[in-house]
Order: sequence, then C-alpha cells, then structure tokens
Amino acid sequence: MASDALTTRAHTTAPTAGRRRLPSSRAGLTVLAVVLSLISLFPVLWMVTSSFKTRATVTDGRLIPKDFTLQNFVYVFTEVPFARYLWNSFFISTVITVAALFFHSMAAYALARLRFPGREKLFGAIFATLLVTAPVVLIPLFLVARQLGLLDSYAGLIIPAIFNAFGIFLLRQFYLGLPKELEEAAVIDGCGHWRVYWNIVLPMSRPVLSALAIFFFLANWNAFVWPLVATSDQDLTVVQLGISSFQTQYTSNWNYILAAATVAALPMLVLFFVFQRQIVESIKTSGLK
Amino acid sequence: MSGVAAQERRRRATAAPPQSPATSGRRPRLSRKHREWLAAGLFLAPDVLGLLVFVAIPMVLSIGLSFFQVSGFGSYEWIGLGNYRRMVNDPLFWDSMKITGLYVVFLVPLLFCVSLGLGLLVKQQLPGVGVYRTMLFMPYVISLVVVGVLWKFLLDEQTGMVNRAMRAAGFDGESWLGSPSLALGCVIAVMVWVMMGYYMIIFLAGLQEIPQEFYEAAKLDGAGPWTTFRTITWPLLRPTSFFVLLMSTVAAITGGLDLIFVLTNGGPANGTSLAIFYIYQQAFGFGEYGYASAMGSFLVLIMVLISAVLFTFTRGGRFDDGE
Repeated sequence: MASDALTTRAHTTAPTAGRRRLPSSRAGLTVLAVVLSLISLFPVLWMVTSSFKTRATVTDGRLIPKDFTLQNFVYVFTEVPFARYLWNSFFISTVITVAALFFHSMAAYALARLRFPGREKLFGAIFATLLVTAPVVLIPLFLVARQLGLLDSYAGLIIPAIFNAFGIFLLRQFYLGLPKELEEAAVIDGCGHWRVYWNIVLPMSRPVLSALAIFFFLANWNAFVWPLVATSDQDLTVVQLGISSFQTQYTSNWNYILAAATVAALPMLVLFFVFQRQIVESIKTSGLK
Repeated sequence: MSGVAAQERRRRATAAPPQSPATSGRRPRLSRKHREWLAAGLFLAPDVLGLLVFVAIPMVLSIGLSFFQVSGFGSYEWIGLGNYRRMVNDPLFWDSMKITGLYVVFLVPLLFCVSLGLGLLVKQQLPGVGVYRTMLFMPYVISLVVVGVLWKFLLDEQTGMVNRAMRAAGFDGESWLGSPSLALGCVIAVMVWVMMGYYMIIFLAGLQEIPQEFYEAAKLDGAGPWTTFRTITWPLLRPTSFFVLLMSTVAAITGGLDLIFVLTNGGPANGTSLAIFYIYQQAFGFGEYGYASAMGSFLVLIMVLISAVLFTFTRGGRFDDGE
C-alpha cells in the first residue's frame, strides 16, 4: 500500500535517458536508490527501536533491542503529563485545520466566482501576504497577541495560526478550474450564494480539502516557535514544547527522551503512510502554480 | 493591472444578464448585483480580517517598532535610527549574519543538487520506486524538534551511532556538536536530510510535466543522457528550479529556529547562532523588541534583494532567452 500511492504516475513515464539503458546501469540506479532510501530511513528507525531499550542498553549500538521494554513509554506517560501535551496538540491542530479550511474555502470561492468591485486587487493583496514569513513577524505578532489578551490561552495558540494565504491561493486555483454549470443551474433554481457554496461547491472540493487538511494538521502538530512564544502555562504545553523541555531536563536519559520523541512523531508517521498520496499531491500543486 | 480591470469590466458587462424578475421579486430590497457584493463581503470577512490583524498589521508594526526602544511591558520610546546604529556596531549581529551567509551558501546549493538528483532518480522506472519515494520523503513529516533530539542522540561524541560507525571503520570519532564549524556543518547536513524529500517531490512534479516526446526525439537523434539532460531537462525545468531556489533560500534565512534550539542552542561559541536565532534571543531572551525588529527588518530587506537578484538572473524561471 505504501508503494502504490506514489507510483501512480510512474507508469506513464518511460526511462528518461535518450540511449537505451543497459540492464547493468538500471541495476546500479536501483542499488543507489536502495542505499539512499536506507540512509533516509535509518535515523528514524534507530529512534523507534532505541525507545524500546533500557537505560543501560540504549546506547549499545544495536538496532534490535536486546532487552525489549515498554517501561520508557510508561514512564513518559506517568511521570510527565505527556498525554495532556498530546491532547493539546491534537485539539489545537484539529480546530485550526477545520477553521482554516472553512474560512479559506469561503474566501477562495468569493475570489474565484463572485463578482464584486476590487476583486483582483484584493486577491493581489492577499497573495502578497504569502511573502511575509512567520518568523519575521514573530515579534509584532507577539505584541499584538499580548494586546488582545491572547497569550497563554487556547485562543492565542489557535487564532493566529488559522490565517495564511497559501490555502486561499490553492483553493482559488481549484475553484477556477471547476465547471460553472452546476452553480448556474442552482442559481436559476433560486439558490442563494450560501446554498450554492454549502450544497454544491463544498462537496465538490472534497479532494482538495482533504489534501489541505492533512497538510495543515501536520504543520500545526509540528509547530514549535509560536507556542513557545505564546504560552508559559503548563496546562497549555503542546507536544513539541514538551519534548524540547523534557530533553533539557533528562539530558542523558536517552531511553526516556527517545520514547517521548517517538510518541510525538508516531501520529505524523501514521498519517503520512495512510495519506501520503494527498500530501504529495498538495506539495506538487504548490510547486507548479 | 488596468488591463485586468478592463477585462473584468468587459466580462461583467457581458456575463451579467438582465436581472430576472423572479429573483429580484423574492428579495425586493437588494438587487441581485448588490446581493452578490454582500455575499462576497461576508464570505471574505473572516480571512481578510484575520490576515489583516495577524499578518499585514504585524508586518507594518515590525518596521515601525524598529524605531522605538521597547522596555518592559508596554512603554515605547521613539529613538529614530538608534536601533539601526546599534545594529551596525553590534559585532555579534554581524557574526550571526556571517554564519547565516555561510549556512545559506552551503545549504541551498547542496539541497538543490541532492533534491534534483533524487528527483531524477525516482523518476526512473525502477523496481520498487514507490517505496524509495516514500522512504526519502518520510523525514519531512517529522517535526524539527524531534529531528533535533534524534540527531543529538546519533551525533553524541561518546555513544552516538555516527562515531561508533566511524570507529568501526578505523577513524577517530569527532566531537560533532563540540566545534563551531563542525556543528554548523551538522545543522546543514541534518537540514538536507529533512528537506531533500520535499524538494524531490517538487522536482519530480516538474520533471513529469516535461512532454515525453522531447525525450523520444532526443533518443532518435542518438543523444546521450548528459546531452539529454543539458538540452531538454535542464531548460524545461527552469520554472521549478527557480521556485526551489527561491523557497529554499527564504526558508534557510528565516527558518530552522526549532532545529537550532534543540540541536545546538546556537553554540558552541555562537557557531550556529544564525541571524534569526540571534534576533529571537534579543527579543524573547532580553525583551529587546525594538532592536530585534530593526534586525528583522534588515533581514527582510536582504531577502527582498536576494529574491530580486534571483528574478533578474533567471527571469522568474521562464525560458524566453532562447537556448
């Protein structure tokens, strides 16, 4: 299953090089691909298997644990409020993803389909905000959030993370490519713009929305810098923040640290293996413009 | 811009039919056109408001803040170019700029070549190519915090796997994160490991857009792999290459804060203190919001200049300059 998601388009592409390939060069490329894949995979594999080792053997240099234990995970969940961290990250990422998809698809639909004065200029302005990268506005964003009383609250973790032009841009491109006939038929039937959007446009955008949903969830689960700046309350700690402070507290207890890191990475790895096609497709679209 | 507007007017003039009595009869107060405006306004309101408050206004504020001395909670004092004067005379800032420069100069080309190579490799019809794509992309979905933890474990001087492997091969182990230049090299290598799969996918998408006929024609002409790459792949891949260069440069200048925090914390001896890290420290470590904003604005200026230079040299990735 893992393999066929990414091979979908491979069938259409024949070997690229002009000359007919010798079998030996193809074998060479295959070996190269296997070696590079292993280099890519190995560190992650190492982290996962080491998290099942004991304190004494965690640095023994073996890939397969000699004395397999689940104690590290028990420790992480009982001695540290790790379940709380996971819940915070899950809750925040879910709310951001749902809200962002809803708002962005509404805005993108208006920009793609509704006629109103200044539409192109507004789109240009929204597009321009893509150039403003998050770390650059971190300081003023912090001051704005402080002014609005958003620091140390779920709202402060959620609301600023919802708005980015990237999603609006991708969805607008998608809506421009949708056939207009269905919407026009609905308008003739007397549907208002909201009904057209809710009953016709939204169901048709399911593929692009699911791709974006995974992407947003991933980005927010992995977010670190904004939560670090915006929260100091233990109850609001997100999982990435939890790992980073855990790591400074337990400097040489690698078995615990790696167990915590594995727990934080596992949901994303699972999400990736299940939905890799959607993730890859949304990256491809973002690159092509 | 005016062309677009004119086109839009024309379209509106032809597309908007005379208002049907049926719909205007149902809602007598607003004409159909005005209802469409109202709907558009309501559809756009949440995102426009959000982008304004959390992106646009902070951007403007960031430049404004750089002219103030911000102390403690909420007291602002206008000091004109004071922060910029301080910046010019701050050796630590220029050290961090130098490190950022080195970082970008090594990371961007390395990442570009590795990702392009991987893209070309996984475009081939190899047995199990889907598995290789999956494996190569996988590090990208792991957070930089976890990546930092993981590599700190692997690069540990005494017990890390990297040194263990080197000793097994007969070399001496290195103190990877213990010397400034080695640590910067490690940050670059780890970043390549994380990001190569992402840009590989972007290159793959670009490569798959190139019409197969070109390659068949080259094959008929008896062109070798290198000639084919130089005359077909490389020129037709220009828009993708431009995109990758621009994105990875901007990401290198402003990103990676998470990794630095966990892996090196800017050390040793400030050897991995990138400008963005130094700015963060000044702002949130010492509360120097005004000074940090001045340095941040300077960094944005540098990014705009680099983007402009990239645009000029590559003509935005278009291949309109002949062969």
